[in-house]
Amino acid sequence: MITGQAICLGPDIDTDLVIAGRYLRTKDRSVWGTHVFEDLDPSLAGRLSGAVIVAGRNFGCGSSREQAPVALREAGVVGVISPLFARIFFRNAINVGLPVLEADLTCRDGDQIAINLYEGVIEVAGARYSFTPLSPRMRDILDAGGLVPYWRGKA
Amino acid sequence: MSLTLTERILGGSAGEYVDRRVDRAYVHDGTGVLTLEAFRSMGVQAGMNPEQISVLFDHICPANTGLTADLQRELRQYTRSAGMQFSDCGGGICHQIMSEGRILPGEVVVGADSHSCTGGAFGAFATGVGATDMAAIWASGETWFRVPETIGITLEGRLSGAAEAKDLALSVVSRLGMEGATYCALEYRGEGAATLSMEDRLCICNMGVETGAKNAIFSADLVCREYLGSYGHSIDLQIPSDCSYHREVTIDLDEIVPLVAPPHRVDSGKPVGDLAGTEVDQVLLGTCTNGRYSDLKRFADIVRGRQVKVRTIVVPASRDVLLQATRDGIFTDLVAAGCTVVSPGCGPCLGMHNGVLGDSEVCLSTANRNFKNRMGVGGLIYLASPSTAAATALAGCITDPEVQV
Ligand code: SF4
Repeated sequence: MITGQAICLGPDIDTDLVIAGRYLRTKDRSVWGTHVFEDLDPSLAGRLSGAVIVAGRNFGCGSSREQAPVALREAGVVGVISPLFARIFFRNAINVGLPVLEADLTCRDGDQIAINLYEGVIEVAGARYSFTPLSPRMRDILDAGGLVPYWRGKA
Repeated sequence: MSLTLTERILGGSAGEYVDRRVDRAYVHDGTGVLTLEAFRSMGVQAGMNPEQISVLFDHICPANTGLTADLQRELRQYTRSAGMQFSDCGGGICHQIMSEGRILPGEVVVGADSHSCTGGAFGAFATGVGATDMAAIWASGETWFRVPETIGITLEGRLSGAAEAKDLALSVVSRLGMEGATYCALEYRGEGAATLSMEDRLCICNMGVETGAKNAIFSADLVCREYLGSYGHSIDLQIPSDCSYHREVTIDLDEIVPLVAPPHRVDSGKPVGDLAGTEVDQVLLGTCTNGRYSDLKRFADIVRGRQVKVRTIVVPASRDVLLQATRDGIFTDLVAAGCTVVSPGCGPCLGMHNGVLGDSEVCLSTANRNFKNRMGVGGLIYLASPSTAAATALAGCITDPEVQV
């Protein structure tokens, strides 16, 4: 079960907006968490701890940069919900251990959200939404904490 | 019912999950650093033949800071010791080098970069993944895919006037929208497809990902056979699919006109006339979309013997492109016309070096993305073809290449 407060964002948020190219060259991952969404709204980074992002369609479009889901996780985001994710972002998020769900819901900033990944149910503002649960393999990867620990478990 | 080209290559029908061996895997200096880090953390042995793995430095190369140089040195050393294919600084953009005889029809090609869909021009299944997925491919030589639904795009007629493959690519993105093909394959077919050169097809497949598509593909025909023949490969032709698609679109190439996509959406393409007169500070000719020989030649044919009015940066997509264009005197013409030439690679496309934009500066670029702040904070990017870029460079403002001659 994942719980957190909703932060609502618009559609078509590309990976350049999640984390700008100028911050990519570093080995210090915390830099990405500090500068996440800087070009969208510089005040957002400080409000993401324990948050569930509820985005519009096409979240994560653009480049294959894995720093985008890592930045969200570093900033404390516990899950991202969008009616439609760009596919590389979606795969990357699972691979770095960030829960992502495709569902179309209505809510407001600050609403308490509870997600049951296994049953495919989201509860928010008194409403229940169901979503298609992740494929078994994606769930295994997420349960392991990402693709690196998933492989480490095999080694 | 027969299968789409993508279904045939992946060996499953749309919606199925499949495990597939990867024929070619590649990373660049940006994603390569993260791939190596993830691969090392996995603590496993490389299971993929290193000769099937390419590491190609293009994003920030030559390095712009000491830190970048350090990261590149580590990856360079690893690549060499592991026996992987390596292309250092000055070799060119990963997608272009892979397109110079390293991708064959029917292969499964995975690159750690979103524009890895470029290689679909050869009738391969080519797609992009992130660094950690790539590390798992280094480890196992395979990966999983959900077989995508295919959107069939039938091309009729032939490009005419100043319209180019880039204008078709911008028109497809504007028609489908930035999410219109999310998770789908784009399969180009029809009589019009046969009229397009390999360089045209590379440009068109390159922009497939701007619609959200997983891959874009042309079937390997005589044009493809001749191109790959020049690299010493002999290929079997692919029989085009005769099947029903998830969705079908028909485009008459005769109706394609020069387009410009103003900031910050790639699907915002408008006829160039609608934006004519917009002043620009910089013109960029290059990138994995339009830095090939035919692009440089078209640009040079327009600016030859004249002077550009704004700073104009030309970045050949690869060393081979640079060599061929140098032999043909194209660089003499470009430099004489006042252009600045940068070494083969991504150049200023990702806003890190070689032409970063200042606040509210405007760039007319032949690249594939005009996202906010991509080429520098506050910079505004308009996307267009090499011919439109040339006409714009000469006038100092957005100009229709059909009007300017
Ligand atoms: S040229 Fe631009 S779009 Fe192409 S690979 Fe390089 S940075 Fe990416």
